[in-house]
Amino acid sequence: MQNPDAKKLVEIKDLNLTFNAGKSNATKAIDEISFDIYEGETFGLVGESGSGKTTIGRTILKLYDQDSGTITFDGQDLGQLKKQGMKDFRKQAQMIFQDPQASLNGRLRVEDIIGEGLDQVGYSKKRAEREAKVLELLKLVGLNKDHASRYPHEFSGGQKQRIGIARALAVQPKFIIADEPISALDVSVQAQVVNLLADLQKQNKLTYLFIAHDLAMVKYISDRIGVMHWGKLVELGTADEVYNHPLHPYTKSLLSAVPEPDPIVEKQRVIKPYDASFEKDGQERKMVEVEPGHFVLATPAEAEQYKAEQK
Amino acid sequence: MEEVQNEFSLVGIEDKSASENIVKPALSTWQSVWCRLRKNKLAVVSLIFLVLVMLYALISVPVVSQNSANDFNTNAGSKYKNLPPKSGLPIPGWDGKTTTPGSVDATDVYEKNGVDQNYLLGTDNLGRSVAKRVTVGLRISLFIAIVATAIDLLIGVSYGLVSGWLGGWVDTTMQRVIEVISAIPNLVVVTLLAMLFGSSIWSIILAIALTSWTGMARQVRNLTLTYKERDFVLAAKTLGESGPKIALKHLVPNMSGTIIVQIMMTIPAAIMFEAVLSAINLGVKAPTASLGTLITDGQNMLQYYPYQILIPSIVLVLVSLAFILLGDGLRDAFDPKMADE
Repeated sequence: MQNPDAKKLVEIKDLNLTFNAGKSNATKAIDEISFDIYEGETFGLVGESGSGKTTIGRTILKLYDQDSGTITFDGQDLGQLKKQGMKDFRKQAQMIFQDPQASLNGRLRVEDIIGEGLDQVGYSKKRAEREAKVLELLKLVGLNKDHASRYPHEFSGGQKQRIGIARALAVQPKFIIADEPISALDVSVQAQVVNLLADLQKQNKLTYLFIAHDLAMVKYISDRIGVMHWGKLVELGTADEVYNHPLHPYTKSLLSAVPEPDPIVEKQRVIKPYDASFEKDGQERKMVEVEPGHFVLATPAEAEQYKAEQK
Repeated sequence: MEEVQNEFSLVGIEDKSASENIVKPALSTWQSVWCRLRKNKLAVVSLIFLVLVMLYALISVPVVSQNSANDFNTNAGSKYKNLPPKSGLPIPGWDGKTTTPGSVDATDVYEKNGVDQNYLLGTDNLGRSVAKRVTVGLRISLFIAIVATAIDLLIGVSYGLVSGWLGGWVDTTMQRVIEVISAIPNLVVVTLLAMLFGSSIWSIILAIALTSWTGMARQVRNLTLTYKERDFVLAAKTLGESGPKIALKHLVPNMSGTIIVQIMMTIPAAIMFEAVLSAINLGVKAPTASLGTLITDGQNMLQYYPYQILIPSIVLVLVSLAFILLGDGLRDAFDPKMADE
C-alpha cells in the first residue's frame, strides 16, 4: 500500500514521557513509542481517552519535553534545535485543537487570531498585505470578509474550528497535527470539516497526524492507523489492514464497538470486551511485523498466535 | 488519501454563504465596550461623577493653590474661626446660622463676627475655608491613590505573570516572597518608611505600593496558571510566539476584568489607607490637607461643628463608591460575551 520510497517526514523513536515523574501520582503517558509518518500521508492515531494520543501530538510539537527518545522532523532532530531552528520548525508544523471554543482567544478578533501566524512569517509591518492574506485564508476555509472583524463567540462550532484551521494554515506548514478536530462538532458539521481537511491536503500537499477516537472517521480519512492503549502503541498498519484484519485484541475490541448504521447488522453486533490484564504480566513485548507493513505489539509467542488467527 | 474518492456530499441548504452570515453589526473593541458600559446606569453615573471630580481637581490647581488653602490670618483668627457653611440663600442648615455652645437660639455667626464674605462650606477652627481645604485634600488623596495604584498595577501584574508563566521553583520562590511581605503588618512598613524618609506624600505612596501589590500579584498568578494550559495559549506557542508576547496578547486581555476590578478596589483602599495614616500622624503633615487629615481635624469638633467632618467624609465616600461601581460596570463591559445590542 505505502509507497516504499516515500520520504519519512516525522520519525519517532523510543519516545518516553512520564508526567509528575518521581511523585506518587506519576503517570507514564508515552511508553517506548516508535513510528514514522511519511510525507503526504494521513496517519490516524486512535485509542481510548487517556491513552496518550494527544500527549504524543503535543510532544511532537515540543509543547512537552520527552524524557527519552528522539523525534526527527524532516531529517532534523528536534532535540538539537537551537532558537532559530525552532522558529523555522514552528512554521512547518502546526496543530488543530479539539475544542474550537477553547482554542480561540475570546478577546481577539478573527483577523488578529489568524494574523498571529502571519505576523510570525513577517507580515506584521505590512498592514494591507496582512489584511489581504487574512481574507484569502478565510475564503480558503469557507468564511468571508465580514467575519474578519468578529469575535470568536459570534461563530458556531464548525465555523470556529475552521478559523482554527485557517490560523494553522497561516504559516504555510507542511505538517498538521489534528487533535480530535471533529469530536466537539455535530455530525453534519464533522463532514464539512473533514472535507475541508481533505481538500486542503490535496491543494497544499499536507501531511496529517489525525488523532481521534471515532474509528469509522479515522478509517475514512487515514492512510495508516496506529492504535494506542495505556501509553503504548499496540498496533500499526495501513487503514484497511487494521480495520479489516485487526491483530491485537484491543483493536478487535475497539472495532467491535463501532455502531453500524444498518439496524439488522447492528442488532447482531457483539461487543468483544478487552481484558488488559495480560499487558501487565511483565513479559517484554516488541513491535512485530506480522504482515508487511502491519505491526503488532507482542511477545514472540503471541505474534505466532496472532499470525495463526489471521489464517 | 488516494482511497478517498468520493467525499461526503452535503444534503440540505445549497446556499452556503447564507448559512455563514452573521446579522449582528461588527463593532470595534472600544465601541462594544462602550455599548455594554452604557447599559449600566450606575456605572455611567459613576464615570461622569469621577470625570467631573478629576477635572475639578485638575482645573482647580491654578485657582486654589496649596498655600491659599493653608494660610490663615493670625490676627483675625477668632473672627473667621468655625464659621458654618453659608450659601447666601435662605436654605436651612446652609444659611450661616448655628447654635453656639451654651445658647438655645440659632444666630448668624457671619453677622455677629462682621464677616462680609460667604464661605460656601464654612471654615475650620483656624479660620481657613473648608471648601478650599477639601479641594486641595481631594487633589492630594486622588494623587496618592492613583500613583500608588499605578505602581501596584505595574509590579503586581508583572510579578504575577512571571511567577505563573515560569512556574516551578521560580514560582515557589516568588510566592514565598509574597508571603513574607504580606506577613509584615502594613503599619510597621509605614512607620519604618516614615522614619527613613520623613512623613510625606511620597512615603505614603511608597508604603501603599510596597504592601498592596501582593493581592494583585496573587490573582494574576492564579489566572496565569489557569490560562497557560488553555488551548489558545498552546496554539500561540506552536505558532512560535514568544513568552512576553503571549502574556500581553493572550493572558492580560483575558484577565482584564479581574485586573480592572482589583484596581477599582485598590484606589478607594489607598484613599482610606492614606486617611488612616494621616489620622495617626504618619501621613501627610499639617498644614497640608488631605481628605484623611481633614477628617481627623474635624473629628475634634464633631459635637459642635459636625460639618467639618461631614464634608470631607462625604467626598471620601462618594469618590470611593464611584470607583467601586465603575469597576463593577467595567468588568462586565470588558467581557465580549456579554450581550451588546
